[in-house]
Amino acid sequence: MEFSFTEEQQMIRDTAEAFLAEVSTSEAVREAMATELGYDKALWERVCTELYWPAMHIPEAYGGMGLGYVELVATLEQMGRYLFCSPFFSTVCLGVNALLVAGNEEQKSVWLPQIIEGKTATLAYTGTSGLWGLDTVDGVCVTDGDSYRLNGRWRYVPDGHSADVIVLAARKPGSTGVEGISLFVLPAETPGVSRTWLPTMDQTRKQGELLLEDVAVPAAALLGEFGEGAALLQSVINLATVAVAADQVGVAQQSLDSAVSYMQERVQFGRVIASYQALKHKAADMMLKAEAAKSAAYYAACVADEHLSGGPMGGELPEAASIAKAYCSEAAFFNAGCGIQLHGGVGFTEEYDIQLYFKRAKSGETLLGDAALHRERVAASLLDGGAAA
Amino acid sequence: MKLSFSREDELFREEVATWLSENLTGDYAATRFRGGPGDEHVFVDERKAWERKLAEGRWTCIGWPEEYGGRGASIEQQVIFNEEYARAGGPGRMGHIGETLTGPTLIAFGSQQQRERYLPGILSGEDFWCQGYSEPAAGSDLANVKTRAVFDESADAWRITGQKVWTSLAHESQYCFVIARTDPASLGNKGLGFFLVHLDQPGVDIRPIQQMTGTSEFNEVFFDDAVCDADDLVGAPGDGWKVAMGLLGFERGVSTLGQQMLFQNELDEIVRLAKRNGAAADPVIRQRIADAHIGLKIMRYNSMRMLSGGGDDGSLQKEAMIYKLYWSSWHRNLGKLAMDVLGPESEILDGAPYELNRLQAMYLFTRADTIYGGTNQIQRNIIAERALGMPREPRGNS
Repeated sequence: MEFSFTEEQQMIRDTAEAFLAEVSTSEAVREAMATELGYDKALWERVCTELYWPAMHIPEAYGGMGLGYVELVATLEQMGRYLFCSPFFSTVCLGVNALLVAGNEEQKSVWLPQIIEGKTATLAYTGTSGLWGLDTVDGVCVTDGDSYRLNGRWRYVPDGHSADVIVLAARKPGSTGVEGISLFVLPAETPGVSRTWLPTMDQTRKQGELLLEDVAVPAAALLGEFGEGAALLQSVINLATVAVAADQVGVAQQSLDSAVSYMQERVQFGRVIASYQALKHKAADMMLKAEAAKSAAYYAACVADEHLSGGPMGGELPEAASIAKAYCSEAAFFNAGCGIQLHGGVGFTEEYDIQLYFKRAKSGETLLGDAALHRERVAASLLDGGAAA
Repeated sequence: MKLSFSREDELFREEVATWLSENLTGDYAATRFRGGPGDEHVFVDERKAWERKLAEGRWTCIGWPEEYGGRGASIEQQVIFNEEYARAGGPGRMGHIGETLTGPTLIAFGSQQQRERYLPGILSGEDFWCQGYSEPAAGSDLANVKTRAVFDESADAWRITGQKVWTSLAHESQYCFVIARTDPASLGNKGLGFFLVHLDQPGVDIRPIQQMTGTSEFNEVFFDDAVCDADDLVGAPGDGWKVAMGLLGFERGVSTLGQQMLFQNELDEIVRLAKRNGAAADPVIRQRIADAHIGLKIMRYNSMRMLSGGGDDGSLQKEAMIYKLYWSSWHRNLGKLAMDVLGPESEILDGAPYELNRLQAMYLFTRADTIYGGTNQIQRNIIAERALGMPREPRGNS
């Protein structure tokens, strides 16, 4: 048992940190988040061509780096710490995972190299209900000879307004729950697809809405079996859930670090406010949460690795992902909220970054289900005898 | 990162599990799942006999080096032993203070004579130890020890006078290690000595403390000119604080997974109850049970990180620093959850005058968890000051 980063993993983490400290400064973040696209295209190109981050956990057979989920999580943690504005989560944690989990050899060979080259991607599965379980899928698909026709509205889609490639979940008309779900991959430019940017409270994470009106896609666009995509979709969601949790670890850690460094400078009543026990204890609680969040996210990353490689603990993924998401969501929100409080008045200003962490903590908490939803999944498997959905 | 244990470790796990299933039987069967924290007053004679049984199988002190009679077990193997021990329902260890605190202290700081005199009795499961640290005026402020040790040249021995408190198992032990002031003019952590004191002597008076649980695991120990051989001072006069702090580092988290197995047993019982009495259908209870489950899983991952060491930017140490605050808070919440799942039955005792069932005892005892071994507030001071580098609390003049 070795539950700590290997030297190589540590190096990947350190590289990410150094790079992001340089490029994802407060000014850069503010500039990128103010745009509709939400990121700096030239910077994304550097990420693709110099760091090969989109290729990170793509197997070498498809031109990827063949690294694992632990490396991915270590990188995502740093992205959270530096509020990195990029299509990394949507492209890699949704798009690539969907192709890895659900694509056949040919589909992987067609699409993955394009992503490595710099194309962005996302997964659209949430309809308009505002739910995150598979019930939410309400876009519909029907067979039409050798091809398929898609109709519906998908909301809350990460980078849905800008992604080049879309993996889409839709269901047979009249089906409910886990029945009748299919996954498709299509270029965003497919005729009949219209996309709208949804301006968001957390401007560092962009969302879009997709409207598909009688969109025709070829048989080759179908990932997996028609109407049998629920397990595949759930697996992609679980993997992405671990990724969001990792981002939140970074948010939790940085909220703590910036609060402590502010308190070490701010003087009131003739002493730095970091010397007041009421504030020290708050900071200690924040560190506890940040450290425990790391444990949860790293463990889930190890399980995700095994899930993707067919290891013996891969079956633990639904539980490990829910544990990580439930804990890291609350840790990030708690720490960012305390972060504002510990900054005092300036914490509420636009100028200080802590407000950006507070907003990212909340959008991360909501994304792919909040703590209550994930606790209910755990409760269901403990108390109802069934497996977590 | 790698989560699984090696093949050799898995074989070791089998060996432990097999030995326990073959030996934790007969007279010992009744002690299964008993005698843990909050329940230490039960089956004392049987648990003492069990220590000797463990010793026959060489299952005491497995982490000690072989030259001192241990197995030289790796950290992983010690973790596995503790985990399997708790899984099998092994009773609360009577010998744990000697095994995990006295022994490693003597191996690190003791003289050869002290090792020869005291280690064999700990190994064989015959000698039991308690810890004489806290005093009425030295609780969180442990260094404020008032107990005095005066050297009596004529007897070539120290004379110890003072009062210790919260001394677990003192009434069941033959020995106590005591920190006492060797330099009467000293203050704080200077001028202390670390003494190995025999409890069976006229100068020692042990009085149990009646707890809110109606039972007593803790004691007050009064020393009135108690005698301690010159040879039984560990290190030099004045080294006491160094030895005492070194001792706190020996535990190294190997028993944390075993502790968590006990917690798991408690949580399992709560889950069974909730399913049986319908509380499992209450959405708030569902959330709280899931939260407890999640909290316990993460406690295990925390331990795994702590035991794996290393990690990014010294996270090992931070990880170890949050451990006490984490588990004590978690366990306190579990106690409350247990009562809420029980509903009105939580008030009804097993019998008069004050016979608590196990969950009731656990519920009440968890209120000690957040106090002993460093209160949650002291833990937060330690985290803020040592891990986060925030200024230290100002000290008074006394």
